[in-house]
Amino acid sequence: MNAQATPPGLADRVREIVADYADLEGPLLPILHEVQAAFGHVPQAALPVIAEALNLTRAEVFGVMTFYHDFRSEPAGRHVLKLCRAEACQASGGDAVAAAVRARLGVDWHGTTRDGAVTLEPVFCLGLCACGPAGMFDGRLLARLDPAAAEALLTEAGA
Amino acid sequence: MKIFVPLDSAAVALGADAVAAAVAAEAGRRGIPAEIVRTGSRGMVWLEPLVEIEHEGRRIGFGPMTPGDVPALFDDPAAHPKSLGPVEDLPWMRRQTRLTFARVGVIDPLSLSDYEAHGGLEGLRRALALDPAAVVEEVVASGLRGRGGAGFPTGIKWRTVAGVAADRKYIVCNADEGDSGTFADRMLIEGDPFCLIEGMAIAARAVGADRGYVYLRSEYPVAIRVFGEALARAREAGLLGRSVLGSDLSFDIELRVGAGAYVCGEETSLLNSIEGKRGVVRAKPPLPALEGLFGRPTVVNNVISLASVPVILERGAAFYRDIGIGRSRGTIPLQIAGNVKYGGLFEAGFGLSLSEIVHDIAGGTASGRPVKAVQVGGPLGAYLPPSRFDVAFGYEEYAALDALIGHAGIVVFDDTADMLAQARFAMEFCAIESCGKCTPCRIGAVRGVETIDRIARGDAAAIPLLRELCDTMRAGSLCALGGFTSYPVLSALDHFPDDFARQREAAE
Repeated sequence: MNAQATPPGLADRVREIVADYADLEGPLLPILHEVQAAFGHVPQAALPVIAEALNLTRAEVFGVMTFYHDFRSEPAGRHVLKLCRAEACQASGGDAVAAAVRARLGVDWHGTTRDGAVTLEPVFCLGLCACGPAGMFDGRLLARLDPAAAEALLTEAGA
Repeated sequence: MKIFVPLDSAAVALGADAVAAAVAAEAGRRGIPAEIVRTGSRGMVWLEPLVEIEHEGRRIGFGPMTPGDVPALFDDPAAHPKSLGPVEDLPWMRRQTRLTFARVGVIDPLSLSDYEAHGGLEGLRRALALDPAAVVEEVVASGLRGRGGAGFPTGIKWRTVAGVAADRKYIVCNADEGDSGTFADRMLIEGDPFCLIEGMAIAARAVGADRGYVYLRSEYPVAIRVFGEALARAREAGLLGRSVLGSDLSFDIELRVGAGAYVCGEETSLLNSIEGKRGVVRAKPPLPALEGLFGRPTVVNNVISLASVPVILERGAAFYRDIGIGRSRGTIPLQIAGNVKYGGLFEAGFGLSLSEIVHDIAGGTASGRPVKAVQVGGPLGAYLPPSRFDVAFGYEEYAALDALIGHAGIVVFDDTADMLAQARFAMEFCAIESCGKCTPCRIGAVRGVETIDRIARGDAAAIPLLRELCDTMRAGSLCALGGFTSYPVLSALDHFPDDFARQREAAE
């Protein structure tokens, strides 16, 4: 089921992260965020380590991890492009940007290009609703996107 | 020379960081000692990046700025082609009643001395001098209602929590601002984070809480950075900690970052999420005020509700209550978004008509085409046609139209919008974001998409089915996600029947 190679030292690193947050009330979300920041995703192998440290079942940790859209079970591409799909961005042309990007990359939402260059994610609102269509490229906020701007961005990123 | 450049997300998305870098480079080149202050945004998003220079005690605005416009700022600012004159004199600013957002865009959001110099902490100082019960009654008397959307009287919620004995109580700030078309929470946190901290400290004093959480969405990286820094500075300065401003109030706040689940904006989901669980809705009762976070009495308030409390304590309940209409008292930060010429944040007393908002303030559509519909209150809000634009902005006034003001986001669509597609999106969104606990929402939203697809294929018999499904979701869902998805769907169907019939004709 799991073709992921377990990163070396994973269990030790995860235990360190859990220890860093041990004093918090309800520390699971901060821990998952930190594990994802460390590994780029939440490796399957991290879940039993977290579960044991927090005295939870592995199923509970898995259930929480999979409930939230932010947590990935697989690594993303080298770049992550998030495009807002929500109403304010729809009203200013977001659907056309999304259609152009999906066609250009040959992937649907949540997909990664075959060469691993770009992962395309939907996002429901970045709070940039008065300057949409909005997006985020590797953490950089984007406003007033149009198909040409998106094309330029992807070309620059080598996608 | 003091130059103000916004750090607000919208300004940054429009190039503010590059403009700030250009200002620093140009000042260095000319050997001019320039102090660059990164501020929040004034809310005039079409003018961002909006740079300001202090001149004879007034703030002169320039925008929208590009790095190429920067060198001329250092020549003769008055002759700059992008000069807007004094910012306070711009019509957009003059028409507002800025109370909650008075400091946003003006001060350095991370300077506590700047905050105090602009009236900050006066509300908390007054609250600390009052009996806690008197603080609660002040908020009750102000008429403040929940700005997150539900509109429950804030003071009554506080009174409930104050009246319960417990070993620990919590103040939880709901900053999971997921509604499309809304960005007031983001702007407040990025532009005046100490105002939220002050409001939470007042709430803690009023109800006897000693711990607070701010649950902030992960989609807001700038707000996360600013608020984290503000918390550290507040602790250093004694605004948070064992003795708040030297008083006997012990209160601290922890920032929690969400993980991309819209439903966590629902208060009980949010509490589960802080507890480290799946963000699944809880059945009520018990009310969070009695059994909330970790089973303790908990105040859960929206950012804007909490950030409106300092000014109420500072200037008195009567001052705040005298603004507004009917049972909607005080001011509301309207967030004008989507296809508009002048979009942004506009704080005003309740009571403006949609027509004034969309046509006079926002200047109509950016595309120049006629307005077809306005969605008020986020993805669970109704689509209103121009024939309803005389409705006054208020909780009851919108409820009477089977609409809601929600968090006061206003999204404008021009006549190219397909309302069947918008109704389908509302169901699709509900299906994606449903927490899965109750059947009407979890299954209903999926069936809703399928039913609307049938209508799109020309099956008119599916229309009554869609209405029935909406009734079931509305009456049977545990929370507003499933319960209110009927608002956008039915309003689209009721006000724009042609968009649901057109496809039928095409199919015949």
